[in-house]
Amino acid sequence: MRDRPLSLYGVTLTSRLLAGTAQYPSPAILAAAVKAARTEVVTVSLRREAGGGRAGDSFWGLIRGLGVKVLPNTAGCRSVKEAVTTAQTAREVFGTTWVKLEVIGEDDTLQPDVFGLVEAAGILVRDGFSVFPYTTEDLVVAEKLLGAGCEVLMPWGAPIGSGRGLNNRFGLKALRAHFPNVPLIVDAGIGTPSHAAEAMELGYDAVLLNTAIAKAGDPVMMADAFARAIEAGRLAYLAGPMEPRDMAEPSTPTAGLPFGGAVRA
Amino acid sequence: MKIRVIGAGVAGLTTAYEFARAGCAVELVDRAAGPGLGCSWFAGGMIAPWCEAESAEPLIVSYGIEALTYWTQDVPVATTQGSLVVAPARDRPDLIRFSRRTSHYEMLDGAAIAALEQDLTGRFESALFFAKEAHLDPRVAMAKLASLLAEQSDVTFRFNAEADALDDNADWTVDCRGFDARDRLADLRGVRGEMLVLKTQEIDLKRPVRLLHPRYPVYIVPRGDGRFMIGATMIESGQGGAVTARSVLELLSAVCTVHPAFGEAEIIEMGANVRPAFANNLPRLRLDGRMLFVNGLYRHGFLAAPALARRAAAVVLNGAYFPEIMDADPRERQSA
Repeated sequence: MRDRPLSLYGVTLTSRLLAGTAQYPSPAILAAAVKAARTEVVTVSLRREAGGGRAGDSFWGLIRGLGVKVLPNTAGCRSVKEAVTTAQTAREVFGTTWVKLEVIGEDDTLQPDVFGLVEAAGILVRDGFSVFPYTTEDLVVAEKLLGAGCEVLMPWGAPIGSGRGLNNRFGLKALRAHFPNVPLIVDAGIGTPSHAAEAMELGYDAVLLNTAIAKAGDPVMMADAFARAIEAGRLAYLAGPMEPRDMAEPSTPTAGLPFGGAVRA
Repeated sequence: MKIRVIGAGVAGLTTAYEFARAGCAVELVDRAAGPGLGCSWFAGGMIAPWCEAESAEPLIVSYGIEALTYWTQDVPVATTQGSLVVAPARDRPDLIRFSRRTSHYEMLDGAAIAALEQDLTGRFESALFFAKEAHLDPRVAMAKLASLLAEQSDVTFRFNAEADALDDNADWTVDCRGFDARDRLADLRGVRGEMLVLKTQEIDLKRPVRLLHPRYPVYIVPRGDGRFMIGATMIESGQGGAVTARSVLELLSAVCTVHPAFGEAEIIEMGANVRPAFANNLPRLRLDGRMLFVNGLYRHGFLAAPALARRAAAVVLNGAYFPEIMDADPRERQSA
């Protein structure tokens, strides 16, 4: 079975790994990791890395040199107004209508302020943006975001940078089942390639991560590991995993064996 | 041989000193009014090679080990009290990660931390102690280098001077201008750093303390007389100018985690400047005719400058070639 490519706001992608660009030991290692990850989309924080277009030109030049699509983000924004202004500046600086919308509601968990998120998403969609909202796995919030005009949802796996994997597997599964035709991307909380594979096995369309690669002992090798895990998870989803069961079921029937298979030579 | 060194920051001063010690006539040129008034002025001055291994390449560790000898013997301004790395209990995974990436430390418990730094009693349950690391006051170090240079027989200082406006009568020019050299080095980028100096008599620390935090890592370097240098942000930007409110907020909230009494301290200085870096965050020596660029020291100015200065002198005076920090230059290889 051939996989159909991922399409986000009309852009077709082969890779299902979206990568962040923060916290790498150096831009050279970032570039090598992006290559090893085979990623086609990187997310860039306007506030911390691009400096509002006045500065950060050389870092932006390095990002451009990666030859991948840029998804600017509003990381660190705590209010609707701040997020909207940052998105509008990002559009000028990066020349794209794509924006990963973050409205942070709580400092310790960095969890999204979902009320502000829905409001900001509506404003930005009306302004012509393609909004990628960083949200929770809450179904009602997801409905409201789609109602506001988002065509992609990015629920968290776990708090940003925590590396805890999929905290609410049931919730993520329900979200997938509820929105079979909306591109869903697990964003945040992924720690290891097995977490990413698990998200893909649940039928998620892609995974976005940063810290797990950037802070690995060898970021380039870890990027490769994530690329393979995401591909494996996607294949497993398409292949249709077996159903788990409570009792053993021998893979070779024993009935036809001599002595019912009970006696060993 | 006459050597003109442009730029009197830590790279220029250490380079000038190497050439002067080798018997060259040295002219040190800077557009500022005195030595060390650029990016080096705002440095932390931690000579912490093993800590830096957390995010830096092994080359920086080995240069940093050279720097420990340099700043305690050649230019004796550093204090060897080690350095402490701490994390709040909830950020313990960051401390474990730091310990996995580094070496030459001892893991301390709360009692051992209190024995080293009485004012940190009860504040942290574990820490990493890098006993052989040192720290210095960059401004004292650069003043000392300038006075050592002045004692040499054939050293001329030209401050408030543009190198372009002077007669070029030197055999070699060594360009140590840091981020200002981006007019000649197209692949140089700026990494903005912001720092504060706080003053309080309520806290006594004998050694630098690094606080690990997923968003706001901070270090505190004691500068004596109750003064503490708090640093430093790392922002991908080539813009200088004033410190931003957000950075002050982040640095101060992190530093109050180390000790709440910092909340009552006076802010006696705020500063921002731009570190010069290449894409791999490693320094480089780059030849262009009889011009040598020494640049890309990134956040490792005082850590890497002594080793780079020695290598710069070896390149110019002996035709040496250091592949790890130099471009493959066919002319240079032929003459070497």
